[in-house]
Amino acid sequence: MSRRPYIRKVERNWWIRQPRYISYMIRELTSLFVGLYCALLAVGLVRLAQGPAAWDGFVAAFSSPLGVTFQLACLAFAIYHSVTWFALTPKAMPLRMKGEPVPGIVIVGAHYAAWAVVSIVVLIGAGM
Amino acid sequence: MARSNKPMLWLPFAGGGLVAALIIPVLILITGVLVPLGVLHLRYETIAAFAHNPLGKLIVLGAVALPAWHAAHRLRMTAHDLGLGSGIAIKAACYGTAWLLILAAAGALIAV
Amino acid sequence: MSETITLEVLRYHPETDSEPHFQRYVVPYRDDWVVLDALNHIKDNLDATLSYRWSCHMAVCGSCGMTINGEPKLSCHSFLRDYRGKVVRVEPLDHFPIERDLVIVMDSFMEKLGSVKPWLIPKVEKPLSAGEYLQSPGQMQVFHQYTQCINCLLCYAACPQIGLNEDFVGPAALALAHRYNLDSRDGGRDARAEVVASNEGIWECTFVGACSEVCPKHVDPAAAIQQTKISASVGWLKDLLTPGAHR
Repeated sequence: MSRRPYIRKVERNWWIRQPRYISYMIRELTSLFVGLYCALLAVGLVRLAQGPAAWDGFVAAFSSPLGVTFQLACLAFAIYHSVTWFALTPKAMPLRMKGEPVPGIVIVGAHYAAWAVVSIVVLIGAGM
Repeated sequence: MARSNKPMLWLPFAGGGLVAALIIPVLILITGVLVPLGVLHLRYETIAAFAHNPLGKLIVLGAVALPAWHAAHRLRMTAHDLGLGSGIAIKAACYGTAWLLILAAAGALIAV
Repeated sequence: MSETITLEVLRYHPETDSEPHFQRYVVPYRDDWVVLDALNHIKDNLDATLSYRWSCHMAVCGSCGMTINGEPKLSCHSFLRDYRGKVVRVEPLDHFPIERDLVIVMDSFMEKLGSVKPWLIPKVEKPLSAGEYLQSPGQMQVFHQYTQCINCLLCYAACPQIGLNEDFVGPAALALAHRYNLDSRDGGRDARAEVVASNEGIWECTFVGACSEVCPKHVDPAAAIQQTKISASVGWLKDLLTPGAHR
């Protein structure tokens, strides 16, 4: 008998095959929007360095309908990133206290608490 | 096989993922919702004063640079996932863009 | 007439077939039958040429992994009642070459498994007369879940990165390396790192998490790999900050 193993090729669209791969791909694509928003922040810093008039122009640009639409898309993906990132923290960083494992929900909860604190501090700093 | 230097790429990716998760949503909430609605005003003096402070500079740079690196690294992996390859062109496009943003932000923070 | 269920099985005979094709079989439906029972019915009564691996019929041996309706499963652990009224599509595990019908070639995995040295490498070798390497239940608890792996390869079939890069060491082998790294009696972390922390090791993982979802023994390879990424990064930083000093 001769051996002739058959090798199946992985399709380029492998990730549409299963819901778990689709949600993985959405999670990975959040990085596109995080990256684009970082570009907006970098442009903002450059405009800030150019003085008050340039800064006001930047504020007007990101407040335009187009700017707001773009940022709402970024916001949706950024929140998806936060939620999925925090959800995986107990796997990456399991903690033990007095020899007992800390429940995952405590680790995730601590991240949500930190998220709330950072958000409130930034809002107060921005003048809320 | 030999031990990889991937931690050089991965550590800022992981740190950037955490920083992005904590700070990017509230920043977008401010610039994308509260300021356009007129609830909040980002006056030049306030922002410039924060960016003048050395600690302020560091915080702002961290909030831009780490998430930008996170995004670049993840996009590179996603390009591989999508069968777009993992050659030098993809690496240059992803990490190069991140470096461009980081250097622009750093330059602006020094100049401001 | 009593109830039946249809199985669509991927067939491949290297002597005669240029590529695999599906073949349909109609078998009796029984509430307490698993897919493996249906395959055994085919083999015994309908078509003796059908090839597949199995042994224990109780989710211990890890031999009967197959793709059932698109999902990597142990066929002894998949009840027909969960597919009632549907066609059950049975294929070999993804990401492995097909030897014949549902039998895959697993040589690549056996090589990867050995390469991570999945055995105890004591910090200091003791003579037999010095007795056992002792361990407390608490120390055992730290790695216990990773000892449950039965090498069934469902995680390799579920992992997209294995599909994209066949050289990736993969979930089960990396989880077993982690199991020994976590063992209080072990001192082999550095020896394993040559493979585990290489480019084809943990760094190929993008934390899809599918490996852990499909594991029939509730092992969490995805968690093991992320933890190894963190410890490997800490080791790398230490090497960077204290050049010359060996960990």
